[in-house]
Amino acid sequence: MTRVRRASLTAAMGAVGLLWLVPTVGLLVTALRPRRLFDESGWWQAVTHPSQITLENFRRILDNHQIVRSLGNTVLITVPATVGVVLLAALAAYAFAWIEFPGRDVLFLAVVALLVVPLQMALVPVSNLYGRIGIFGSILGVVLFHVAFGLPFAVFLLRNFFASLPRELTEAARLDGASETRIFLRIMLPLGRPAIASLAIFQFLWVWNDLLVALIFARTSTAPITVAIQQQLRSFGGNIDIISAASFLSMVIPLAVFFAFQRSFARGLLAGAVK
Amino acid sequence: MTVAAAPAGRRARSGRVGAGRRWLVAGLFLTPALVLLGALVVYPIVATVVASFKDATGARFVGADNYRTLFTNHDTLVAVRNNVVWVAVVPAAVTALGLVFAVLSERLTFQRAFRTVVFMPMAVSLLAGGVIWRVVYEQSPHRGLLNAGLDAVVRVFHPPGRYPGAIPSEGMAASGKGMVLVQTVCTGDVAQLGLVGLSPQQVPSSAKPGRVPSTAPGDVTGVVFRDFEPGGGGQRGTLDPGEMGLPAVKVDLRTTSGKVLAATTTADDGSFAFHGAGSGPFRLAVSGSNFRPAFAGIQWLGPRLITPSIIVAYIWIWAGFAMMVIAAGLAAIPREILEAARVDGASEWQTFRRVTVPLLAPEMGVVFVTLVIYVLKVFDIVLVVAPPSEQNDANVIALEMWRTAFGARNQGLGSAAAVLLFALVLPVMVLNLRRFRAERA
Repeated sequence: MTRVRRASLTAAMGAVGLLWLVPTVGLLVTALRPRRLFDESGWWQAVTHPSQITLENFRRILDNHQIVRSLGNTVLITVPATVGVVLLAALAAYAFAWIEFPGRDVLFLAVVALLVVPLQMALVPVSNLYGRIGIFGSILGVVLFHVAFGLPFAVFLLRNFFASLPRELTEAARLDGASETRIFLRIMLPLGRPAIASLAIFQFLWVWNDLLVALIFARTSTAPITVAIQQQLRSFGGNIDIISAASFLSMVIPLAVFFAFQRSFARGLLAGAVK
Repeated sequence: MTVAAAPAGRRARSGRVGAGRRWLVAGLFLTPALVLLGALVVYPIVATVVASFKDATGARFVGADNYRTLFTNHDTLVAVRNNVVWVAVVPAAVTALGLVFAVLSERLTFQRAFRTVVFMPMAVSLLAGGVIWRVVYEQSPHRGLLNAGLDAVVRVFHPPGRYPGAIPSEGMAASGKGMVLVQTVCTGDVAQLGLVGLSPQQVPSSAKPGRVPSTAPGDVTGVVFRDFEPGGGGQRGTLDPGEMGLPAVKVDLRTTSGKVLAATTTADDGSFAFHGAGSGPFRLAVSGSNFRPAFAGIQWLGPRLITPSIIVAYIWIWAGFAMMVIAAGLAAIPREILEAARVDGASEWQTFRRVTVPLLAPEMGVVFVTLVIYVLKVFDIVLVVAPPSEQNDANVIALEMWRTAFGARNQGLGSAAAVLLFALVLPVMVLNLRRFRAERA
């Protein structure tokens, strides 16, 4: 490549990078400016007028009970939904990978086939079912739904990982008289750590960022942050101080997870893509 | 449930377990997952299909009525049409963009930074992504970055006039986008061009009280002024004491047939002069550029552009995913193959087109199929980016399903929309399962 071409490529890709970065920066700066300024001038004015920057919006939403509670709800939904999927999927994946029983492959294929069932197919019956057993609007209901719809992908991912482990490991353990539970806990879970980490990160971000499921199965007191923000959207300009600051707060954890575990996240997405 | 499975498993202590025993152990490991899948995924599929043939409350069967409504109702037809647009545009655009980014960023010195930045939107919620883009799409060029950028460009080619909204006073008449003096003028004449309808803020601070220039032989002179005397009084069409001259107004001298002979701009006191104009008669005109309004901003979230605007935001979110998947494939291509192509005299483009792209076909296929599935189910970003007034125009099947089943409380029609969505995803699922089977073989 000639020098000129290299320089123009660098410039072009730099511009693309900016294009991908600027909208997010725009939201952050919007959250850092007082609301009345949103009506008057663009957020980029803050670059030349740094005095416009204030933490006022963040301070105000931390006093806003609904927003604070919804952030707590997001954690209360995301953590059990992640742990639940990992646990149930690891158990099932172990059975699919290492315990031989008739109909195993057919059953596994059936579970994997559920991977692309749009969750819209379940919304109406499950909300009726939840209503009947009295968990409609509860955090438990939201969690169970997330776990169920996370399972096909999780089982698929972990089963393939477990199956790729050397056969001698389990056979030797069985000959030594280890129970299946013991093999599962002492061999599979520790060795499966990379796949479990990918899965956990993927599931965590998925549930944290969910809007649709919570929109239907949560009520105001159990709503996560995404739903709380969505309810402010009716008056976008009027609530921009709450919307921008809360949106940014909702992004902090996912971004931290993303930067800390970027590799695992990419691997999880890749594995997910090969469904 | 998982706790219950553990002690039972511990009992299967023998090294060689019989078939019946293995069934039991496998069952204990599988039960929790299968129960949840059965209750919250499999049973609902059946229940939704049944409900789609029932009425709004599920009380009685209505045959295929819901499906008939689905394909005759205007709102759902818009939703289906928009979903078709989404599927036609997004997977192809995202795959192409991912390919370009992956290949071009490969030899970049700041490759890691670039890929991180482009991949980052995948980590945040579609809700946050939607909010980010609503700020970008704000219509006023003072607030929305996109329109502010366009405004900067428009300003270069079509600078806004200083006096938008002005209307002709006595003796003047509108002509096209500008105004003309009704009376024709000859050399030596002094013309008075009055404008009304201007707010005091529109009069520049440099403006001075209007001054009628003295007549000069061979010249056409005049004054452009704000024909409004504070406190009332005065005569319309003539410059009265206290009325301000309008600076920097572009004035044309034209023939009576409208051909522009000369142009000038007014001084701070509103006066202007055309020297050595020649013989008349002429017509004086205040050209339309003085009244050109400032760029008001494109209505990105209006009925016409709403779907393309949301699609752009969605592509912004997903391009990083495509780039990462394709970059992984790219890294796995043996360097020798590419070098062999170059040694054989292939240009960069030929190597890319004939070697790299075919070798990346599997990854591109994965990205494309994944995007088709996600795009068919697109929901959050439409709900967030489209203002409430535009949700009918931006509608997609998943949004319509939610609005029907949970907004309008019509479970039958909502279920039919869900079944339609499922039917659209099904062929893609079969494709994916085939691939999956081929990989296992």
